[in-house]
Amino acid sequence: MSSNYLIGNTLRSAARAGALAGVLVCTGAGAYTLQEFTFDSPAQERTFRDLTGKLRCLVCQNESLAGSQADLAQDLRKEVYGMLKEGKSQDEIITFLVDRYGDFVLYQPQIKPSTYILWFGPFVLIGVGGWLLLRALKAKKGEPEPETTAAESVRLHQLLAAAEPQDQAK
Amino acid sequence: MARSTTSYLVPLGLFLALAALLFYGLSLDPRKVPSPLVGKPAPAFSLESLTEPGTQISSDILKGRVSLVNVWASWCPSCRQEHGELVRIARDSDVQLIGFNWKDERPAALEMLSRFGDPYTLSVFDPDNQAGIDWGVYGAPETFVIDADGIIRHKRIGPIDGKVWAEEILPVVRQFSPKG
Repeated sequence: MSSNYLIGNTLRSAARAGALAGVLVCTGAGAYTLQEFTFDSPAQERTFRDLTGKLRCLVCQNESLAGSQADLAQDLRKEVYGMLKEGKSQDEIITFLVDRYGDFVLYQPQIKPSTYILWFGPFVLIGVGGWLLLRALKAKKGEPEPETTAAESVRLHQLLAAAEPQDQAK
Repeated sequence: MARSTTSYLVPLGLFLALAALLFYGLSLDPRKVPSPLVGKPAPAFSLESLTEPGTQISSDILKGRVSLVNVWASWCPSCRQEHGELVRIARDSDVQLIGFNWKDERPAALEMLSRFGDPYTLSVFDPDNQAGIDWGVYGAPETFVIDADGIIRHKRIGPIDGKVWAEEILPVVRQFSPKG
């Protein structure tokens, strides 16, 4: 009874594993590889990998052109590849894409007036915050310590006297 | 006393302002990427006609009157969703509608036009995304408003319905239509 149950269970999990493997293989088969692109030199291939890693796929916005399975990403990879083969420089290719798709295709936007806030805003905020903090600390330092009154110092001495013998007993 | 009140209110005010800014950010759609092409001449193209294979159509058709260039594909559900509105616009307004069939297959595209009506004055066929890249197309549907001088005046990303037409597109069309 129990062995039958065990065998049934094992078979079932084997079938499940098989199905899972099937799914993995199927999705793997559609995966994009660099094999369809042939490069003139290792340096050109490095440039291609570098560029497609820096460019964003506009369909799956959290993926780079290098990593995206989207159809549009494949079109753009081909475009980048074609331009590299023509001997265009990285900057020319980036300008080509930015002119058409906007700054958004770059993971690292160029530094220009419309992106100044993005690039320098955080440092300005840290500066302002630091200045406020320093000012607050200085203001606190300047305040005089309040004098203890006669009654307070009597009470202080009483407390100290009461605390001492206990400490020595330990 | 007044000083300590303001010293509490200022950080609170700053916090609320930041919260409002971030909350506004939540309402923005990250899929809508502003096009750098608005205000620039429409990129030139020469593409085959969708409906008449073998005939080339060039971007010269955009000169002389205000046009809408509607990027669509038969595989795109939102395109089907907006199709009825496009048919209505073609019937009720005098704007020139150009169909930009993108990354599609001709039989499927033609079948959609015959089933749901063909709102386009002319349809260009770009199965391999040749001109699409120049136009910065990254998803269908997209609609460009082009003025009579061939300058892109507006880009709509996503489907058009009656409200979008009346509030977003028609004002641009009117603004750039010759008076009279």
